[in-house]
Amino acid sequence: MPANFVSGFTIAFGTIFPAIAIGLIGFKAMESIGRNPDAANKIMPPMLLGMAFAEAIAIYALVIAFIK
Amino acid sequence: MESLVVLEAEVLGHFKNLPITNTLLASWIAMFILAVVSILATRKVQLIPSGLQSLFEIIVDFGYTTVEDLAGSKKAKAFFPIVMTFFLFILFSNWLGLMPGFATIKFEGEHFLRSMNSDLNMTLGLALTSAALTHAFAIYYLGIFGYLKKWFALNPVFLFVGLLELVGEVTKVLSLSLRLFGNIFAGEVALLAVSSIFAFVAPLPFYFLEIIVGFVQAAVFAMLTLVFMVLLSEKHAQEH
Repeated sequence: MPANFVSGFTIAFGTIFPAIAIGLIGFKAMESIGRNPDAANKIMPPMLLGMAFAEAIAIYALVIAFIK
Repeated sequence: MESLVVLEAEVLGHFKNLPITNTLLASWIAMFILAVVSILATRKVQLIPSGLQSLFEIIVDFGYTTVEDLAGSKKAKAFFPIVMTFFLFILFSNWLGLMPGFATIKFEGEHFLRSMNSDLNMTLGLALTSAALTHAFAIYYLGIFGYLKKWFALNPVFLFVGLLELVGEVTKVLSLSLRLFGNIFAGEVALLAVSSIFAFVAPLPFYFLEIIVGFVQAAVFAMLTLVFMVLLSEKHAQEH
């Protein structure tokens, strides 16, 4: 097995769940904006914050993939 | 992996046993430019602003209302300068890293300038500063005994919870630094990889992405610092 397989698998498996998480956050945000379009400006900052948290987990996997 | 960008920052020289890396140089440039622009904008503060002062007023006003919404008007006066400094410094050094010359000029075989946050040392320093200031504010607002009561309580259940919170503080520092480092470092690797394939029109979408990522990561770092400060300096809620 080439050495790159470890990095490849790390990043491949490590981003599955963060991607699902970001999708779910966006999904709920879209739904709530659809119910209440005037609240779009109040919904977006917490949504971005939540997405940044979820993406951070994927970044941890990316750092391990880079090191290996 | 094949290293287009090495994980460690390259040392350019030494100043009496202190290694000067290219990321340190980039951070000095960012600090210098920020200081100069701030001095220019606040030299003659007028009641009806014009030009540079009004631009800064828009930025400061937006930041201050955001901080005030989260922290309450009394604490906002203390938290706002620190949070805004983190935001402006990180934002500026992220965007500075996209300027021409940053991965191209070579000095004795190594890159002369490198984006400041692509070095884990820099982001760890920022995260440790943020954590130290958070705890300092907590001690200031709660008093030393109120602060210690958060971690060590007499009730054994609360003692266990308090010790877990202590571990949580360490992970907060780690996650703050690694989030910023990972985003900016990955962006730099992506830019260098694309530029070494075809340097002319292909990097444009990546540059656009890096502009957005630089802004979002600076905003996230500043907001998280603010939220942690507010949470830690809250008095223990009475449950009865």
